[in-house]
Amino acid sequence: MKPSLLQITDLKKSFTGPDGIRQLIVDVPEFSLPGQTQVAFAGESGSGKTTFLNLIAGILKPDDGKVLLDGADMAALAESKRDRLRAEKIGYIFQTFNLLQGYTCLENVLLGMTFGAGVDKDFAEQLLKRVGMGDRLHHRPRQLSTGQQQRVAVARALANKPKLVLADEPTGNLDHKNARDSLKLIRETCRENEAALLLVSHDREVLAQFESVQQLDRINRAAQTEAIV
Amino acid sequence: MNIWRIIFKSLRQHALSTCVTAFSIALAGGLLMSVWVVKQQSQATFTGVNAGFDAVLGARGSKLQLVLNAIFHLEASPGNLAWSDYLDIKKNPSVELAVPLAVGDNYHGYRLVGTLPELFDKAEYSPGKKFELQPGGAMFDPTRREGVVGDFVARKMNLKVGDTFHPFHGLIFNEKNQHAETYVVTGILKPSNTPADRVIWIPLEGIQKMSGHDPRAATDVSAVLVKLKAGSAIAGFQMDMMYNKQGNRLTFAWPIGSVMAELFDKIGWFDRVLALVSYLVAIVATASILAGIYNSMNERRREIAILRALGARRFTIFSAILLEAAMISAIGMAVGFVVYGVIVTVVAGVMRAQTGVVIEPWKFNAVMLWAPAVLIALGALAGIVPALKAYRTDVAENLTPHS
Repeated sequence: MKPSLLQITDLKKSFTGPDGIRQLIVDVPEFSLPGQTQVAFAGESGSGKTTFLNLIAGILKPDDGKVLLDGADMAALAESKRDRLRAEKIGYIFQTFNLLQGYTCLENVLLGMTFGAGVDKDFAEQLLKRVGMGDRLHHRPRQLSTGQQQRVAVARALANKPKLVLADEPTGNLDHKNARDSLKLIRETCRENEAALLLVSHDREVLAQFESVQQLDRINRAAQTEAIV
Repeated sequence: MNIWRIIFKSLRQHALSTCVTAFSIALAGGLLMSVWVVKQQSQATFTGVNAGFDAVLGARGSKLQLVLNAIFHLEASPGNLAWSDYLDIKKNPSVELAVPLAVGDNYHGYRLVGTLPELFDKAEYSPGKKFELQPGGAMFDPTRREGVVGDFVARKMNLKVGDTFHPFHGLIFNEKNQHAETYVVTGILKPSNTPADRVIWIPLEGIQKMSGHDPRAATDVSAVLVKLKAGSAIAGFQMDMMYNKQGNRLTFAWPIGSVMAELFDKIGWFDRVLALVSYLVAIVATASILAGIYNSMNERRREIAILRALGARRFTIFSAILLEAAMISAIGMAVGFVVYGVIVTVVAGVMRAQTGVVIEPWKFNAVMLWAPAVLIALGALAGIVPALKAYRTDVAENLTPHS
């Protein structure tokens, strides 16, 4: 049994809705993820999956609970330390890729390194070559297809040699072929870089490729309540 | 990739707004430095130029007019004084040197000044410096129709040694008023960067006895330049009392620098208006930095959220925006030095042509340090508001919608 990389306990997060009523979005009593493993969460729209990932990444601060990442409690850290921890240990792949339009492919990856392990141009180029973008180092995102943009986003997520890669609907904007190829690439590169992968998706084809798939509403009690309502 | 690279990228992404804002800073900075330098250098030069003399004796009238006429070769003479007045002051034991001047004619607008050769032999226009002739030239013979031409006039009128010219009557050029006399250029003065460069010097008698001049005034002079003996400051007070308070026929303009300082006091409001205009331009330019960056914050929110998600701290984002604003100012100030150079070079050219006074655009002045520093600081200050907005950007909200 591999030791836990991520250990979540009694994690809660609520937001105030437009009607002024406080609404619980995430309520996860317990969840753990061993290092170098790959888990997919099946979550429908509104199941709190992005909020859950943002809590793990330290982008959001929970109302309550613990998020132990490689021994450090993300939830208890000051914001600047959460930023640092995120930069060093987490790679994040977004559904909308979130590449910076004014930067080239290489610069987008280098930017990922700026706030983390430090800029290593050779490694950035190596990553881009690995994801098949070696001949597009100096292209800007708008000059790329969506599939190519996703590849750059994958390279950027791995730029700081993270221990955990979070992927939020990473294939949501891709066609079937690109989605399949992209998912394969994400899983392979995470393995090669010894990073654990936590992916959320509502796409059955994507989920079918994982050995371990969990229903988000099983671990997120707030989503269960939502479902009952 | 570092914070400077991120700032550079942002400046390039917003190139149009960066250029417009930087240019307004350039105008403000250039104008501010120009006003400051022109004011300080012209004031220092005008109050410092005395042609090596302490006072000017002339007909009863304005001291300022007397100094402008005798030292700067501007303005009309307030009137004549008798040769005996010149002899009287020359004999005064406190006077080291007294040189008479006579004006009243021009050559294509450049003033002819009649004087004695001792102005060139004995007077030092600044400590240790006497007027010198360019190689191949000679001083005019006071008994002949000869002239020595100032460097500026020689270049403008293309006059060389051996050339001849006819003077024109009056101080303003009118081709109908040509005198019959023909003068020969015997020498060209080396540049002195003083008003003397704009003058054609001829013998005193040349002006006094020029055809068409009043024969009754044939021995009169327009002014007498007076140099007091060293340590005779009290003599200046005594002569001031004698000519200005007790007498009512002559004016003794002493000390020359104070007379010019009074002029600058009188026109000081003009400097203040110019300075006020440049301050206002600086404020408007600073406000345009604020508006430019602030208005772009909406489109930058997503970018900021991405940077934050990649691990950039709030303070890093805050600093980047602040530095970006300061950089716009810095770029503006770099261009501002070009604007300054153009303005001051033009002003210096006009001033040299009109007065003979030389302004050095690139001579160091403290404003060249503090104006850029202040404008860059103001730029950074203007960046605080958008930087705070960037600092407060909600990452999760701007990164992806809640699901």
